[in-house]
Amino acid sequence: MPLLEIENLSVTFPSQTSDLYAVDGVSLTLERGDVLGIVGESGSGKSVAMLAVMGLVAFPGQVTADRLTFEGRDLLRLSDNERRALTGKDVAMIFQEPTTSLNPSFTIGYQLAETLILHEKMDRKAARRRTIELLDQVGIPAPEGRLDAYPHQLSGGMNQRVMIAMAIACNPKLLIADEPTTALDVTIQAQILDLLLSLQRDRGMALILITHNMGVVADTTARVAVMYAGQIMEERSTESLFGSPQHPYTAALLAARPEASDGGRLATIPGVVPGAYDRPRGCLFAPRCAYATPHAAECRPELRPWQNGLIRCHYPLGDTTRDERIAADRRAAPPAAAPEVA
Amino acid sequence: MTAETIPTPVAAPNTGPPHPLAEFWLYFRANAGAVVGLFVIVGLVVVALLADVISPHSPIITNNTVFLKPPFWQAGGTLAYPLGTDAIGRDILSRLIHGARLSLLIGIAVVVLAVFAGTVLGLVAGFFRGMIEIVIMRLMDITLTLPSLLLAIVIVAILGPGLMNAMLAVSVVLLPHYVRIARAAVISEVAKDYVTAARVIGAGRMRLMFKEVLPNCVAPLIVQATLGISTAILDAAALGFLGLGAQPPTPEWGTMLADAREFVVRAWWVVTLPGVAILVTVLAFNLFGDGLRDALDPKLKR
Amino acid sequence: MVRFIFTRLSLVVPTFIGITLIVFVLVRLIPGDPIETMAGERGIDPARLAQLRHEYGFDQPVFVQYLYYLGRLFQGDLGRSIVTHEAVITEFKALFPATVELAVCSIIFALCLGLPAGIIAAVRRNSIFDHGVMGASLTGYSMPIFWWGLLLILLFSVQLGFTPVSGRISVMFYVESVTGFLLVDTLLVGDYDAFRSALAHLILPTIVLGTRPLAVIARMTRSSMLEVLGEDYIRTARAKGLPAYRVIAVHALRNALIPVVTVIGLQVGVLFTGAILTETIFSWPGVGKWLIEGINRRDYPVLQGGTLIIGAIIMIINLLVDVTYGLINPRIRYQR
Repeated sequence: MPLLEIENLSVTFPSQTSDLYAVDGVSLTLERGDVLGIVGESGSGKSVAMLAVMGLVAFPGQVTADRLTFEGRDLLRLSDNERRALTGKDVAMIFQEPTTSLNPSFTIGYQLAETLILHEKMDRKAARRRTIELLDQVGIPAPEGRLDAYPHQLSGGMNQRVMIAMAIACNPKLLIADEPTTALDVTIQAQILDLLLSLQRDRGMALILITHNMGVVADTTARVAVMYAGQIMEERSTESLFGSPQHPYTAALLAARPEASDGGRLATIPGVVPGAYDRPRGCLFAPRCAYATPHAAECRPELRPWQNGLIRCHYPLGDTTRDERIAADRRAAPPAAAPEVA
Repeated sequence: MTAETIPTPVAAPNTGPPHPLAEFWLYFRANAGAVVGLFVIVGLVVVALLADVISPHSPIITNNTVFLKPPFWQAGGTLAYPLGTDAIGRDILSRLIHGARLSLLIGIAVVVLAVFAGTVLGLVAGFFRGMIEIVIMRLMDITLTLPSLLLAIVIVAILGPGLMNAMLAVSVVLLPHYVRIARAAVISEVAKDYVTAARVIGAGRMRLMFKEVLPNCVAPLIVQATLGISTAILDAAALGFLGLGAQPPTPEWGTMLADAREFVVRAWWVVTLPGVAILVTVLAFNLFGDGLRDALDPKLKR
Repeated sequence: MVRFIFTRLSLVVPTFIGITLIVFVLVRLIPGDPIETMAGERGIDPARLAQLRHEYGFDQPVFVQYLYYLGRLFQGDLGRSIVTHEAVITEFKALFPATVELAVCSIIFALCLGLPAGIIAAVRRNSIFDHGVMGASLTGYSMPIFWWGLLLILLFSVQLGFTPVSGRISVMFYVESVTGFLLVDTLLVGDYDAFRSALAHLILPTIVLGTRPLAVIARMTRSSMLEVLGEDYIRTARAKGLPAYRVIAVHALRNALIPVVTVIGLQVGVLFTGAILTETIFSWPGVGKWLIEGINRRDYPVLQGGTLIIGAIIMIINLLVDVTYGLINPRIRYQR
């Protein structure tokens, strides 16, 4: 039984004029101890999808899924109490801005112990002892002295360590890290990633790393899902994805990395992620895709198995027949009607 | 979700940004309370302008045949005095209508005076800094420390009771708000490049103060002024109630209530109606002011 | 923290001197010679007038007179009432507990209703409850409280006969003043009937005086709470699996209350303004009614002294609010 199964997960924010599809039919499966990266631009829905798993999508967002199970338990059918018993204990999450993610009015010792008292039914004394252990494990020097510190008295890196300590306090089976290093200094970023990975290895917990940084994914994860406009575009092992990307979007993302630059201008992807009003009828990436055809603009591709992974594209890059098919599809309709925004 | 905010809905393409006034109206209209407030204010202004035409009787002349007549729907009431009469036979409706004229006048006059004096003082404090600023701002702090009505009462006690003095006293009490807004606006605006640019091309201090900086603090001043009208009406009525504002037989709402206190037991209409008039008017200005603030405040625009 | 308090104190002293200056100047502006005014309608012979003028220092330059005034002030001498010839400070002390009792009850009333209303309105944003609270609070904010008092008297005292019309306690009872607070004093002597009477007399004035603070607190709590509920650390608290009541009552409320405390502090000035009107309507024997009577009798020492004491009290309360603000907000407590 997989640890986490997501099938056709959607999160919509209804509005009077046009509903916003923040997450649109995402499916993922995660086994125990897996390390999965989710990459995508800002607004691609990667955070919202994981917030939905945590049950943290705020009103008026609506979550629907064909299947959303954790250890076989249907998360959407659980009562509020059962769901809460799971969040923070078996599934934990850390966020991008460590300093604003900690409550400024309480000491970090209080905020850490709170989780332990809630989920592990510890008394204050035991919670305090455990809190010191946890702070030590995440590499905070002299943890006894930090218990009574307030978040604003610590650096961003230290606060992220506190957040991690809080997340692993109850030995979660799954840790979701949402851009855990984006707000930190470059020198601290590697330390925090190393910490996350060593904790993941030692405890055998599954880790989902959400990031927009392809470099971070390459160094840390075994498998990657690339999200765009609320949908997964491509999913496969990190090695094969970086070695031979199959989706034009993945290829464009990889080409836009500073590391991929040959010293000239950085490659960019023209245009922006579609919003509520300009959501394409067909392939969501079609308006920005170099290989788009009238067929792709009209007809939305399904996520399908392809070369040991999954892909949502009519013309995968490794497909030997793609050039012919693109040419044929472009001929089939007048060029003027090419990539059209619905 | 900080980096990955949900894409905000963009307006339909090919329409440029709407005219500022149209945009303002769009935001203002969405606030039902503010629109209601606006309608009530317009209604009050019409009533005030036409007071002499529409009021059935004189607000001042007494009629000793009709003491304390109840409103027309109660036993003993007549349609000749639709809202009844007071203890010396004056028509309540006519007094309320003329009171509307008076209250609007008080509100507007007080606020105009306070805004004018306050803006000048604030601009001076913000521009000249140093000793002048310290003296002005300390004075304003002290004015704010004292309870507003108490300060107004002390001022009226010194100047003597009466509508004019009461209006002056309320203006003084309202002054600090406008001084603060104007000064804060000046200090934040002066640091900006366009003022430096104006200075570089040799604009004089007066020009800088009134032509360059003043237009940029108009929005908060307008909002504060609208809300100030309601405070002015309320405070002037309170002074009238305490016998320190408008003097009888002036048909001022607060003064009417002062006269009516002894009739609480016998004639409810003498007591309730002027208060309803004050409440509705003040509420209308507050609703309108809130709506203005929301529509003008760029922070709340999404 | 000590430094923080000292910084605030150093701001208070000039403000206080400013208040004395303003009160002094305002009363000097009153037309007429103060000694003649004091002598009243009986008149005074010129020799005696000159002697008194010298005694009181009115023949000195105005600046010297101000220094004399300050000197007397620091000895606790605020002058004597022209009408009762009692020291102003003595009269004030005798009446002040009545005002404090009323003000404290009002602020408790406002907090008990305003905080929960604001919190629930924020949590159930855009619900009918939210709209109701916002409408009611704007109405309360716009309420002419002198009329509101009359209205409540009309309804509860006259029509329904539930509550007494005016005063602090029924004339049937005599309670020895220990604290000056009747609710406390009646309980101290164990006279429960007197306690009930005092309580009944308090109800309507409390509601009237508490209406405006209630409106302000409800509005402020709601907007402050709405802002806090959107913060990252609230998401963290929910991600921990904390139950909703703990997220709201512990994590959100602690932060949302910080601006609300400031607003409550600012309500003290509003309370005094309201006390003047409320005490006049309900014949409540407190300092507000005393001041209005002072004005009607042209008792300027009462007006001068009373204004000064009230100004000083408000200043001290504002200082206390600042310190409290530092106590509940760790960011301030540690940074200065």
